[in-house]
Amino acid sequence: MTGFRVADGGPVIPNFGHGSACLKNNGWFCPEWVREHWGDILQPALVQHIELTVIAVSIGFGIAFVLALVGFRFRLFNAPLGAFTDLLYAIPSIALFQLLVPFTGLTVTTIEVALVSYTLFVFYRNIVEGLRSVPDEVLESARGMGLTRRQTFWRVELPLAVPAILAGVRVATVSTISIATVAAFLLYYGLGGPIFDALAQPDIFRTELVAAGGLAILLALTADTLLALAQRSLTPWNRLG
Amino acid sequence: MLASLFVETFQFIGDNASLLLQKAAETAELAFTALGISILLALPLGLWLGHRHRGLFLTLGISSVGRALPSVAIIGFLIAWLGVGFWSNTIALVVLGIPPILTNTYFAVEGVDRDVVEAARGMGLTEVQILARVELPLGLPFVLAGIRISAVFVIATATIAGLFGGGGLGDIMANQAAYGLAGVLAAALCVSALALLTAGVLALARDAAFHKMAPSA
Amino acid sequence: MPTEAAELVFDEATKVYPGRDGAAVDHLSLTVPAGEICVLVGPSGGGKTTALKLVNRLIPLTSGDIRIDGRSILDLDVTELRRSIGYVIQQVGLFPHVTVEANIGTVPKLLGRPRSWIKARSAELLALVGLDPSYAKRFPAQLSGGERQRVGLARALAANPALMLMDEPFGAIDPIVRTRLQDEFLRLQHELRKTVVFVTHDVDEAIKVGDRIAILREGGRLAQYDTPKQILEHPVDEFVADFVGRDRALKALSLRTLGDLELSPAIEVDGLLQLPAETSQRDALAMLVAERSEAVLVVGAGGSPLGVATREDLLK
Repeated sequence: MTGFRVADGGPVIPNFGHGSACLKNNGWFCPEWVREHWGDILQPALVQHIELTVIAVSIGFGIAFVLALVGFRFRLFNAPLGAFTDLLYAIPSIALFQLLVPFTGLTVTTIEVALVSYTLFVFYRNIVEGLRSVPDEVLESARGMGLTRRQTFWRVELPLAVPAILAGVRVATVSTISIATVAAFLLYYGLGGPIFDALAQPDIFRTELVAAGGLAILLALTADTLLALAQRSLTPWNRLG
Repeated sequence: MLASLFVETFQFIGDNASLLLQKAAETAELAFTALGISILLALPLGLWLGHRHRGLFLTLGISSVGRALPSVAIIGFLIAWLGVGFWSNTIALVVLGIPPILTNTYFAVEGVDRDVVEAARGMGLTEVQILARVELPLGLPFVLAGIRISAVFVIATATIAGLFGGGGLGDIMANQAAYGLAGVLAAALCVSALALLTAGVLALARDAAFHKMAPSA
Repeated sequence: MPTEAAELVFDEATKVYPGRDGAAVDHLSLTVPAGEICVLVGPSGGGKTTALKLVNRLIPLTSGDIRIDGRSILDLDVTELRRSIGYVIQQVGLFPHVTVEANIGTVPKLLGRPRSWIKARSAELLALVGLDPSYAKRFPAQLSGGERQRVGLARALAANPALMLMDEPFGAIDPIVRTRLQDEFLRLQHELRKTVVFVTHDVDEAIKVGDRIAILREGGRLAQYDTPKQILEHPVDEFVADFVGRDRALKALSLRTLGDLELSPAIEVDGLLQLPAETSQRDALAMLVAERSEAVLVVGAGGSPLGVATREDLLK
């Protein structure tokens, strides 16, 4: 395993320490190991991972929303803001994590900052495009009827931008879950921790890998499905006609 | 502090140009091999399904699942199965690279104006001829867009392979101990450059395709 | 429904766009009496839509004034002004994300009406525009073009405005439905008697719908402002005559019915074509030509013969 930086603070799982036949043979999935280490390895990792994702997506959305409002309202700022978020996204995650360490240390904050900056790219584009996609005649009739600028925004433009925004939340969530697993090369946190740990063993610890990796995949798929359902239920007008 | 880092990074590039180029070539080899295989697998399938107007759910399913799969997990599984090496990384990247190509190709072909297709059929073109001479040319811009999306994603993910002995620019990025932070950033810049270059070439190809379609535009 | 329709006055209203030669609307002066439909018609570039949008200040005046019931639009708060005017545009612009009922209730809700009031008013208006009450809970995407236009009309009427502005409202509808909508709109206007400014590029629609027609020529200048009959029979110049078409005499016939004629006594009526008294003279003449007949028997309600009209009578 060249070039692999073993993360600090992770528990070293002794291979085959339990003596069960499955573990002795490094089986792909030994239920007894999973059961035994659910509480001290898998579940905390899962919880941390969910925590990372939720925080990153929420903060990222908040920041992007403000930026998008500016970019939408003041056309001049749109191109530079778009370019800025593009640039953030273009930095490979491995590099960005390391770049932040001198500023925020080898902490969870570093991971969060990086994750947030990746979500900005997805959110900014989606929110601005969503707001822009409102048909002209809807805006004209709103104005002609006497809705103020602010009322038009909150009651017409924003609701109609919701499908695009939700699509953005979906993509951002799923990609955050993925990038968060990479973070473990820096710091043992989230599901990436057990995954990297398992891969670092001289004989790759399959059960741990499958368990943690499987959880990551399940988490991502579940989030994707739930958000897709939310998208459908929040936009009843899109399902008809 | 950032300023000095900036300077150091460019110094690194200057001092280690050949190393970076070699590593970039490694990453490119990995990424483009995977991309090539993805195209070989996804393109025909997308073309066929789109032409037959079948398999929408399958395509959407593969698309959303594929987008959701955490890359580290996939790479990890393949390394555990096949051991560290070129092919485990490649197969992982293929798995991750197929969905955008499949989706875009499907919708590109499926979305061609049905009247045009019917006219072609009425004129006596075989199904394969319709696909090759009508649907694919008309859908080409969108197909190329899908390949571009996949390419950028695969290049970026190929660097993660460096964490697992995949070599290439990821190797440098994962090795701050050996190359310093400046080296890491230099490698990152090269990755971005590679991705931008590839995207640019494909964008040009897409524009060329557009021009063939509507020469007056 | 008692309404106080407003009188609308254009007083040398002018709109000039900076950097462009000539005015979009050039010193337009006319008075629309309360309760009448004034149709603005003219070639493209004639400024009719611009003139319309000056009234609700979607486009600001360069000079001159527009007064509603004596009050200048410049003295009123622009948002309040717009909420007191019913505005209907060609593509309707219904809000796709809310129901028909919510669309109709947009302005009343802004004015603070409770939900129950809006629900009742919405049902009332749907009936008025000829839509089933079940439409209230539907979404715009589920409606046809004609249905959407009706909802747009209902929405504009919701707050019982004294003035309605309509910009080519039936332009995007197919001809058969358009005729029906025009007829229903006229029926509605007969009941409601609102002041309406109606923009169209279709001369026939203008003649059918308007109490008075204002023809704007290129450069936004008023060519003639008069009743349809007057314009057809006495066009003020070459431009107007050309605009209403060489067939203006025939068009004039469409304004009158068989019942308006002095009929000859009904003797020797065997085999004669029978037409109701409400038939327009133009349609009657067309049928006589088609049948190669000389005369038609005019019948009243219930089929009672009223008299005979000959081809000469129609051509007089």
